[in-house]
Amino acid sequence: MTQRTSPRTVCARLAVRGVNALSRLLRRGSGTVAGGRVGLALDHSLLTHLADGRTIIAISGTNGKTTTSALMRAAWGTDVGGNLTGANMPAGHVAALVASRSRRFILEVDEAWLPTILTQCSPRIVCLLNLSRDQLDRASEVRQLAERWKAMAVANPASTFVANASDPLIVDALTNATSVTWVAVPHSWHADALSCPRCTAPLSFADRWSCACGFAEPESQWRIDDEGVVTKGAVTIPLTLSLPGLFNRINAAFVLAALDTLGESVATASSRLSTLDSVQGRYGLRRFGTRQVRLLLAKNPAGVAALLDDPDMLSREIWVAINAQIADGKDPSWLYDAPFERLAGKEVTCLGERRLDVAYRLEVDGVFATVVDESRHLKPEGPLVTIIANYTAFQEWMRLTTPW
Amino acid sequence: MDEVNDAVVTIALLYPELLGTYGDGGNARVLAHRATVRGIDAEVVAVSASDPLIAADIYLLGGGEDGPQRYACEALRRSDFVRRIDDGAIVLAVCAGLQILGTSFCVEGDDAYAGLAVVDAVTVRGDTRAVGELRVDVGGSLLVGFENHGGRTTVQATPPLGDVVHGVGNDGVVDGFRHHNVIATYAHGPVLALNPWLADDLLSRALGAPLEPHRSVADQLYAQRCRVLGGN
Repeated sequence: MTQRTSPRTVCARLAVRGVNALSRLLRRGSGTVAGGRVGLALDHSLLTHLADGRTIIAISGTNGKTTTSALMRAAWGTDVGGNLTGANMPAGHVAALVASRSRRFILEVDEAWLPTILTQCSPRIVCLLNLSRDQLDRASEVRQLAERWKAMAVANPASTFVANASDPLIVDALTNATSVTWVAVPHSWHADALSCPRCTAPLSFADRWSCACGFAEPESQWRIDDEGVVTKGAVTIPLTLSLPGLFNRINAAFVLAALDTLGESVATASSRLSTLDSVQGRYGLRRFGTRQVRLLLAKNPAGVAALLDDPDMLSREIWVAINAQIADGKDPSWLYDAPFERLAGKEVTCLGERRLDVAYRLEVDGVFATVVDESRHLKPEGPLVTIIANYTAFQEWMRLTTPW
Repeated sequence: MDEVNDAVVTIALLYPELLGTYGDGGNARVLAHRATVRGIDAEVVAVSASDPLIAADIYLLGGGEDGPQRYACEALRRSDFVRRIDDGAIVLAVCAGLQILGTSFCVEGDDAYAGLAVVDAVTVRGDTRAVGELRVDVGGSLLVGFENHGGRTTVQATPPLGDVVHGVGNDGVVDGFRHHNVIATYAHGPVLALNPWLADDLLSRALGAPLEPHRSVADQLYAQRCRVLGGN
């Protein structure tokens, strides 16, 4: 039911618009966070008011949030709003909701903020993609996060979860959820759920995972196999993507399952997905000097594993750019959890603040790499090169390259 | 081991499914690599908590979250790990691994949980989490690394590994401990990748002989981390 808007909320909305416009005018940012913060300070219930009367799909998980949100927007049809700049905390949500009157809205949500967003925005659908270690110096260890999600699922019975059945931490988090559409996916990353979330004993991973205590993978309505074939029950869903990689077919499967759960046509949604060929510079071809480069974002072990799983994603020459700013996580220990040994046989160059960490990580697995201190020393001509970069390194490479 | 060149170093990575939160498997890779480049065969064996312990030259205990830490402690208690330590086993224990070897530690709240009591180390929950760069003076050598833990550890008679130069370690003053051939530190994850001198120290203990010098990008990395962190 749509609520009446209070004067406080009206003021807060105007403040969000004003501050964000000023921010863009002064070139102090993309105008998605500052105004949101001011609005929330003026009206603590602003998100609830802004979400009222809209059909919201929330998307969260360690990896794939931004791409899945972009796929969801493409698949849902016209007049769909969302926080599509990657500002995935409440200030970013406020800014996006103020800027759009769309009744259909997609919220990409940081994992730690998901309980808050569910309480305040009451999304119809919540996609839970995966949970794995990520920036542990500033985020919760992954099991602590899963515990918070468990309470969240109980507190929001009106939301339907579209969730990863192959991830034991997510299944445990949804133990007491009212409504779940399960999606089974091929997993290349189990390291955060090798022991049972319920009894801590080692899990066994066969076709489906299970524990001696009885905790086991639930039956899924939706499945995607190792070849990327998506099925709902016994029916194969036609799916053609322009985005590369098995992990993007997994993201697309979540989109189709979510829209199907909402009552949308799967065939129509699927046919729209092929239109998307780049997400904020990721996956698409860009130019560095006269070279074609493909920029890939990988900021944690599961993300690297997903990229390196797919030989089609990688050129013969690979540049790995790793920083350790606050946004990246200050601790690059995770490099040893990522399967960089799969770069054996490639021509690898290490870049970024932690290039020596990367070079030694590769060396211990027999992958010898060149270390380059500054990007101006890189060859601006030659064949296609794939750049694997973490968050701030990726942003640097967006600035150093132009669309092809 | 008598003849270094004929030796095989067996490295047991203990319970990686439980104690592997922060790239801890990297220490096994580094040890194996540093042995191999010197012509010494090395074998890394990942030992699951459901497997019996194996005979190894070096045992590695990593970091983990509360539940897995408790489970790992119980699995080790059922094994002959403590006897092996008493018999001189070489062990590198980091973070949760350090706490497990003590008398007690806190998991899942503030309740004390019995450790293996290899050393007289008591870990309680700190007011704040210790997260950041850690630098420790280990007998004149600088150990560099990263810590991320909620524990505060007090060791009584057991000597600490070294004095904290930057960071928290056990208590803001000292870090870790040494006991027989056990080295423990709060510098988590791939601490041996950042400190090649410590990796070589463990290997030469295992081999019973000094190692030939080996220059690699690890030396540049160590020098850079010391420089960035204001060490020598």
